[in-house]
Amino acid sequence: MQPRRRSEPPKEQVPQKTQTDLSAWRKGRKSAPEKSIPSHWSPNRQKNDSTQDALEDALSYFEKVQDRVSLKKNSALQKHLATVESIALQRGLPPEAFDVLLKVALSGKLADTVNTQLLKSLVPASVIPETSVVSSVSLLCTGKCSDSTQLLFLRWLITMFDFIDRKEQLHALYGFFFSILQDEKMCPYICHLLYLLTRKESVKPFRIRKLLDLQAKVGLQSHLQALLSLYKLFSPELVTIALPRKMKSYFKNSDGPWKAAIIAVRRRNQENTPVLQPLVLGTTQPQSRKRKWNAQVIIPASSTNRNTLEEDGEKKHVNLYRMNESFPLEHLQTFPQLLRNIHRLEFPSQMGSVLTNPLLLHYMNCIKDESIYLRLYYWMGQTLQEECTWCVADNSQYEEEFKDFLETVYKTECFLQEGFSSCEEFLYKSLPLWDGFCCRPQVLRLVSWIPLSSFSEMKSHLYDPLAQLFFTSSLYFKCSVLQSLRELLQNWLNWHMIHSDSESDTQAHSLNTTLSGLVNMVAELIHFVGWISTVALRLENNPTFLLYFILDFYEIVCDMYLRYNLPLLILPPAGVFYPALLSMDSVSLDQLCYIMYRYRSNLVAAKENELSKKKILQFKFSSQTYQEYNQYIVAMVGCLWTSSAFQKDTHPQGLRMGDELLKKTAVQEFKSSFNIVYHPAMMGYALLFLKQAWPDDTTFNFSLIKGKKWNWYLEYLYAQGLKGLKVFIESSINRVSQASHSKAQNAQE
Amino acid sequence: QENTDPHRTAFLLRKQWTLYSVTPLYKFYNSNLRDYARLLSAFIAAEKQKGLAVEVGVELDLKVAVSSIPDLKGSDRDEAAILVQLSSRSRASPKNSEEKLVWSGCFCCVFGDHLSENVSDDFTYLPLFLVNGAESYTSIVGMWFQKTFDCCFRRLAINPLNLSWMAAMWTGCKVDKTTSAVELVFSVPCLPYPLDISYAIHPEDAKALWDTVQKTPGEITQEEVDVFMDCLYSHFHRHFKIRLSATKLVKVSTAVASAHSDGIIKFLQSKYLTGVLMLLTELAISQIQ
Repeated sequence: MQPRRRSEPPKEQVPQKTQTDLSAWRKGRKSAPEKSIPSHWSPNRQKNDSTQDALEDALSYFEKVQDRVSLKKNSALQKHLATVESIALQRGLPPEAFDVLLKVALSGKLADTVNTQLLKSLVPASVIPETSVVSSVSLLCTGKCSDSTQLLFLRWLITMFDFIDRKEQLHALYGFFFSILQDEKMCPYICHLLYLLTRKESVKPFRIRKLLDLQAKVGLQSHLQALLSLYKLFSPELVTIALPRKMKSYFKNSDGPWKAAIIAVRRRNQENTPVLQPLVLGTTQPQSRKRKWNAQVIIPASSTNRNTLEEDGEKKHVNLYRMNESFPLEHLQTFPQLLRNIHRLEFPSQMGSVLTNPLLLHYMNCIKDESIYLRLYYWMGQTLQEECTWCVADNSQYEEEFKDFLETVYKTECFLQEGFSSCEEFLYKSLPLWDGFCCRPQVLRLVSWIPLSSFSEMKSHLYDPLAQLFFTSSLYFKCSVLQSLRELLQNWLNWHMIHSDSESDTQAHSLNTTLSGLVNMVAELIHFVGWISTVALRLENNPTFLLYFILDFYEIVCDMYLRYNLPLLILPPAGVFYPALLSMDSVSLDQLCYIMYRYRSNLVAAKENELSKKKILQFKFSSQTYQEYNQYIVAMVGCLWTSSAFQKDTHPQGLRMGDELLKKTAVQEFKSSFNIVYHPAMMGYALLFLKQAWPDDTTFNFSLIKGKKWNWYLEYLYAQGLKGLKVFIESSINRVSQASHSKAQNAQE
Repeated sequence: QENTDPHRTAFLLRKQWTLYSVTPLYKFYNSNLRDYARLLSAFIAAEKQKGLAVEVGVELDLKVAVSSIPDLKGSDRDEAAILVQLSSRSRASPKNSEEKLVWSGCFCCVFGDHLSENVSDDFTYLPLFLVNGAESYTSIVGMWFQKTFDCCFRRLAINPLNLSWMAAMWTGCKVDKTTSAVELVFSVPCLPYPLDISYAIHPEDAKALWDTVQKTPGEITQEEVDVFMDCLYSHFHRHFKIRLSATKLVKVSTAVASAHSDGIIKFLQSKYLTGVLMLLTELAISQIQ
């Protein structure tokens, strides 16, 4: 923003609404540049001042101009007209100019060409005072100006509508504008103007009748349709209309001569001009193609719930009051509007439309009303079932639409940070029939938002059908499933965090019952992932890609106690742990190191809490968890550090092997073959390290890495970004004393 | 059932009704039925002449009546049924012209009260919607209800399992005059051309078979239904060497009612109207939950 503005003429001090006389506006202009603009811009400033004087002269000329001055013969008129035009098109006119110029243009004093030119120049720098508009409308009544000037004025008024500072008095003229509807030429423009002016209270039965008479006379006219549909919006109990689907615009483009100038001026005075908003009729929505009338995949447009009738005598007052209070959703465009009107908003007549309206989703987040969710539940449940492309036979041609719909539902769930129960039911019903291919990303994403509320049936409804697909599908599918289950776990844990925070201590009892249910559900999910991961690694022959997704899952699991305050820790099964430990890839190994470090931190914290007994612990980790962790840590340290894995690993599925057997492998130095130098995932680093440390040595003597060099090598590894290894070694390997250090070295040798 | 006035519900008999399930109507009030009629009639007029605005409340070619039928329900906790009728009147002689019924739709709930348990008063539970008349009117009326009461309509198909239940149940019903045969229509799948097999049984024979199958009167189990159908299938196989169990049951006609798998029903006995509607209500509820 800043550089672009510099290249343009100095920013103008735009008059405030409170400044009403021209001199104040000038003063404001003059003083501002001295404060803010560097001195080398002063020539520019002087130029501005001179144009300012010229504009003042022109205005005072037009104020006093007499009847019928010919343009051709009068050089003064020519000059002032040119001044007004050039200033208007360059930076817009000040509010005070409008009164004078509108008066002269509509008074019929000057020739039509002059009036036209003046009107075309009426581009505001900031706002247009309402009073000047009102007085020019009154001039319109006197009939002094020609038809074409009147038309041009109306078009100007429509274009500039948003620039008028207040509109109360203009609203009072509603009836006057309405009366001009009869004029055939003006009718389209008057309709447009009325469209802009119409409020709830403007809609009266006699006006509706007038419009319907007019409709009977002129037939289908888009401008009439637009106005009538707005009337319908405010008073559906009086009039109704069905708009044709293909209609694109309801009003002819009336901002022609001013559009470019407004854009140019706005670019210069960016902050101060109101944003021109395109007119949107909320009552129609383009549809891609004709479908069944009860097809629900087309998300309805947000339109205000007008299902309150105002006819019956006694109820009338109550309802009228409420109706005037409520804010029509069709007008809700911005977040500030939402904040201003949040107390008088109503949900749309069809709840499904909130899905595509982020503002309404914000609103929904604030309002905790059961009926909102119930309406959404029914609509979404029916739509998902009816439109599902793999459950309903004839739907396959609508797959793209269904994909979009699932996508929208997923985005809404992310926005609201909660899953819909209708989605959950849909998944349970449709997953057994799913081929694992149709709408795959969308379906798997929806899985990640299955709510935590129900504690049973997950196995038969979700895990069993998912496992079947998982084992029979591609590597990529497996990774996608793991990813969505990881997200599911994360969402559950987040939910738990939020809800355990909000619940008070008095509800401790009910919390405990839910907590045990929650722990069971989370544990079930983790065991399921552990199981399918083990099988998948076997099936796919341990690819790094798959391992990455599996370890990514365990990065959440290992931290549940500390990060999510959940009294549950489950270690990965051996079928996951050992493939990661013996992986060919340093990334997996590093990830494993990090995970084991986090397990340690969580277990240590749990133990400390248990010992200090600050809280009465309902849940504590079983000794089996600690034992399992210790087995893994022995295996890991034995592998990576002390080169004793083959002897010390006590895990039943571990690396323990007899010496005889190891000798048969004919591998020399088998003991050290998985330490941080010889490990297949690390050997590349060791090689590069050797090259740097002994540039001249070409024998690649890995045994040189010991003693002080061992420490250097570690520093080298850390510097290569093996952060997981670093925290693991620093936490799990006792290197504090030199003694243990040398012991490690001894083991090394 | 006893308090059901047969005259108030007679309009349902001997006509074909297309079945829909409807989710609960939001903010539907029985006190506003006349206003709903006015709005709906203007809406239909506006939809038929797209783009032209229509004043609400004026006399139009099509008259809409929305009425409540308190007799048509199962228990006291069911909502009263709502009947929507469209009738045309000719412009030529508006005063003494006869109104001709062109379309009717009926929202009802018969013993579906467990659906409305512990839910808010803003909703009206009438899960079953029966329609007789042109699809074009169904779509306009349906659209208006969807927009106004935030509900969803779905065609209610009847699967073969439920059809066989109907066959068994209705066969066992006592009907004063045994008029029509029990007819089952089967469709043969996987053929290049459509082939339907119609299997008609004398109603007394069918009833005799059912009576031997049913163990406790007034109670039916899935097992009994299966046995009943298997007997019919094996009888058919003995004669024609066709295994009907490999085909799809698509239609059941009895003296009580006839039902097609596409979700079309015809009520024939006012005595058993409530019972049939109860079964259909149950199917509708299972579709919206």
